[in-house]
Parts: sequence; structure tokens; C-alpha cells
Amino acid sequence: MTYAIQMKNIVKTYTRGKQKVEVLHNLNLEVEKGEFISLMGPSGSGKTTLLNLIAGLDNPTGGELIVAGERIDKLSGGQLAKWRARNIGFVFQFYNLLPVLTAERNVEVPLLLTSLSAAQRKQNVAAALQLVGLADRAKHKPNELSGGQQQRVSIARALVADPTLLVCDEPTGDLDRENAEEILRLLQMLNRNHGKTIVMVTHDPRAADHATRQVHMDKGSLVDSNARSAA
Amino acid sequence: MVIAMQDLQQISTVTALSIRSLPQRLGSSTIIVVSIAGVVAVLIGVLTLADSLLRTIGGATQPDRAIVLIKGARAEGGSNLQRTEVSTIQAAPGIGKNAAGHAIASPEVIAVVAVREKKDNARAEVVVRGVTALAFDLRPEIKVIAGRLPQTGLHELLVGQAAANQYKSLDLGNQVTMRGVKWTVVGLFAAEGNLRESELFADAETLMSAYQRTTFQSVAIKLATADSFTTLKDALTTDPSLSVDVVTETQYYSQQYEFLGKILQTIAYIVGGIMAVGAMSGAINCMYSAISARGIEIATLRAIGFSAFSVVASVLAEALLLALIGAAIGAAIAWLLLSGNSFSTQVGMGPVVSQLQVAPSLIVVGVAWACTIGFLGGLVPALRAARIPVATALREI
Repeated sequence: MTYAIQMKNIVKTYTRGKQKVEVLHNLNLEVEKGEFISLMGPSGSGKTTLLNLIAGLDNPTGGELIVAGERIDKLSGGQLAKWRARNIGFVFQFYNLLPVLTAERNVEVPLLLTSLSAAQRKQNVAAALQLVGLADRAKHKPNELSGGQQQRVSIARALVADPTLLVCDEPTGDLDRENAEEILRLLQMLNRNHGKTIVMVTHDPRAADHATRQVHMDKGSLVDSNARSAA
Repeated sequence: MVIAMQDLQQISTVTALSIRSLPQRLGSSTIIVVSIAGVVAVLIGVLTLADSLLRTIGGATQPDRAIVLIKGARAEGGSNLQRTEVSTIQAAPGIGKNAAGHAIASPEVIAVVAVREKKDNARAEVVVRGVTALAFDLRPEIKVIAGRLPQTGLHELLVGQAAANQYKSLDLGNQVTMRGVKWTVVGLFAAEGNLRESELFADAETLMSAYQRTTFQSVAIKLATADSFTTLKDALTTDPSLSVDVVTETQYYSQQYEFLGKILQTIAYIVGGIMAVGAMSGAINCMYSAISARGIEIATLRAIGFSAFSVVASVLAEALLLALIGAAIGAAIAWLLLSGNSFSTQVGMGPVVSQLQVAPSLIVVGVAWACTIGFLGGLVPALRAARIPVATALREI
């Protein structure tokens, strides 16, 4: 069994003033390579905190966290940044595209952290945009694209460096039903056809149904983790 | 090496993004540019006044020239030398000779005459220096550029071109009334822009006669060599028939004007410093607001894997770019307002008219100040942007 993510007794505590607030309590979770899991739960349940730990945006206070074959719970900020560049593709709720750059330049951004030549970068960018169906929008800036198109550019940016893991934080939260469905089908296709491991935080049960497994959280603990077929 | 190149690429990428998004932050960027331009313009402006004054004075001095005054006199105006004393001084060792074999020791007398400023008709006084032909052997930098030298016994004036440019009625052919007598301007001279150009020259005996004086005030001396000063000084100060002070020309004018120059420089740095603190506060606020406006961009780039260092570098690069634009505008303002104009200040017996020139070294000083303001103004916001945890930055979007 090959795991993309292994969490053992993960604890996360924040300090607010003199108080310590534990927001994640001894979490244990394993995600196999090629899985598409959805993290669900009410607001404040800790799912975004958990996603941040998986994505290497934050360190746990305790426990052991192995992602993409590397133990990351003790890495420094600088080491985590390099690790993220190699292993994580981000899809944000509000796309987070850089407004001054065209779609292709936005997609190219993660490749600027690699040693690829300009020609190789161009080739990879074209392939990523092709994959998300936006090859004809390469020269457009974000404000010239619809919300759904912007999110597809964001997915192309997440994919372009071929990361181990796609981390999606409410990827359909800012989209209408039709565009949301398109994005979810795209993520599903990337998971099924390209073997991408995906972790997606969502409030929307319909969005969660596209995952191969749903993980429910409440008050900082995992309350349910069902393997199920995606819709 | 590969790592270093990637770091540079990160920095250049984030910096390029930052600069490309500048038009979206035009307001805050303009505040930084304008405030730094103000600092640089004032700093360069006041330093140029000091620099031009000191250059004007410094240009009039040579290491191989000396001045003899009566003992205890701090300036020519307070000195009196009898003709016998002048003769003794002229016979001292260490003095250079002219082509005719005469010692180049120029007895001089000064008076002041009231004139009017060309620009606003304000009253001013200029120095009239009574000289002999030896004065021109002493100061070869003086060139008659129009007309001729005053003739002995006639009420004639040779006018420095800075004085002619600054004051009314000092052009060739004009007449100036001194002691109820009209003196005609018969010549104009240039002296490489130095202090002498602020003066009027007349024949010494004629001037003394007009002012009913029997004594000279100084003897200006061309030394045989720069090393002859000690010889001259020892000879004059040990002569029991004389009671004089001997100083080099450089020492003399340093005593007269250096203090004023230092005051101007101090004012420049104090005023510039106060303005710089204000500009830096403005820059800090504006860079905070710039970082806030770039919040999504910075958080996203850091999440993707760009280093905190590249964020710091990009914020500093933006601040420095704005500072350099401000410095260029400030220097241009100073240059446009000052260059080609003259600055007149009353020092001692008469005014010094300085041609204002913005020296390249002062522009370098202005740019250095601007960069310091930009760097310090950008540093605090940059460090904050880099220190904020990425997860927190993303949450704040």
C-alpha cells in the first residue's frame, strides 16, 4: 500500500493571548496515492487547519505527518516552501490568479521555481491549459475570463509542475451550479485518468460526492471516514 | 549555483509582478515618490547653496598666495597698513617676482558701494577693491572680458561679471556714484566664477583719494613657491618695525566663510533629515498599504513555494524603485530651479555672488538619501509580509 498522506496522532494548538486552544485532537488519517478525498464538516471543525497541515502551510504542534513520502512536521518555513513547490498544487476558492498576468503566465508561475528552460515551461503550460480546455484563452487576463474559466486556469497552474498532491480549498465555493459541476468533473477526470491524488475541502455534499472518499470532521476530530464510489 | 540562480529567478519574478502591479497602486506609489522628491529637492537645493558658496570662495584661493593684515585684524575691513609698512612687506623674502622683476605684493584697499539688485531692486552693497597693476600679476585667473582696465588717476571701475549680472548699473559704460563722484564702468572681468567676480576693481590711489584715506588695508602676496610661506611669515613677524599677521589665502577665506558654508550644510541636513523622517513614515504606511493590496498575490506566491526572502526583496525593490523615481524628480526640480541662477549672500564687507551649479556629487547624496528612505520605509512592511504565516495570510484574503 502506497500512501500519499499518513497522519499519526496529529495535534494542532493555537495560542490566543495566554490561552492555548487545541483545534485538532490526535488525528489519524491515511490517504492512498490516487485517492480523491473530500474533507467536510461545519465551520470551525478544523478542516481548513487540517488542509493547511497536509499542504505544508503550517506545522502541527504534535504527532507525525508524512506527505508525498516525506516527513514534514518538523520542516522549517523555508524547507516547507521548497517542499510545497515540488509536491503540492493549490486550488483556491477565489482562484487567486495574479491579475496582471495572462492565463498562460499565471500557469507558468510554479514552473519558475524549477530548473526548466523557457521552452520546456512553455510546452508544459500549453499542455496544462489544453488539459483544462482553455488552450484558446492562453493570452487572456483573469478579468477577461468567467469564474469557471478562472478556476480552470487555477487548476492548470496547480497541475503544471506535476505535483504529488492537489489541495483544493472550496474550489466550487465561488461558482454557480453549472460551473461548479464542470470543475468537479475536471478534478474527477484528473483523479481517474491521470491518477492525481486530491484532497478537497468543501461544504457542499454534492461536491463531496465527486470524491472517492469523504472524511467528516467535527470539533477537531475525524468523525467519519467512508470509502465510497464517486458519483 | 543552481540554487542561487533559482533564488534570483524567484526574486526577479516576484519583483516583476510587484512592479507590473504598480499602476493599480498609483495613489500610494505617488505619495512615496512625491515625498521623496521633496526631500531630495530640498536637500540638493540647500547643499547646492553651500557648495556653490564654498566653491566660489575656494576658487579665489591658491596655496601659493598669502595675505598680510595689521596684527589682530580678522578681516581686511579692520586692517590698516601704512605706506612704509607696505614697502617693508614688499621687500620681504619669499615673494614671487613678475616679468619686470617686481615683487608680486599687491597693496589693496577696499570700500563698499550701494547698489540695487536686478531682480527685485533690493538694496545691497558690493566691495570696491582698490588695486595696482600687481593685483593682476597676483591673480592671473582674472581676465578682462569687455572693455579695459581702469586708468590711474581716473574714476573708473572694472566690474566682476557676477556683480554685473546680479546688480543694476554695473554694465559697461554705466556710472556708479561713490562719495558724490561718478565712476564709470570701463571694463568687465571674469575670474573663473570665484569670489572676485562679486567685486569691483578701481585704481588704489584714486579710491584712497576719493575716500580720503592714507593707508592700505592689506597686502596680497604671490609666494615664490608654496613652501615660501614660512620664510615670508617668519621675516614679517620677526621684523620689529612691523606688527602684522600673515596667513595663507586659503586660511584667510576659510576663517571668513567656512562657518557660513557649514551652517548651510547643517541646515540642509537638519531640514532634509526632518523631511526624510516624514517621507519615511509615509513610505512605511504606503508600503504597508501596497502589501495589503498585494495580499492575494504575496500569499499565493508563498503558498506555491516562493520564499519569504523573495517577498522581502520584491517589496524592497519596489520601495527602492519608487525612491529612485522620487530622487530623479527631486534632483530635476533642484536642477531646474537652481542651475544657471545665482545666489547672493552678504558676508563680511560685501556680498558673495555664487553661480549655482548642482554638482553630480550632490545628486549622488540625494540619491543615497532617497535609497535609504526607500530601503528603511520598505524594510519594516517587507519583514512583516515575510513573517506572517502563509496560512494566516491566505485566511486574511
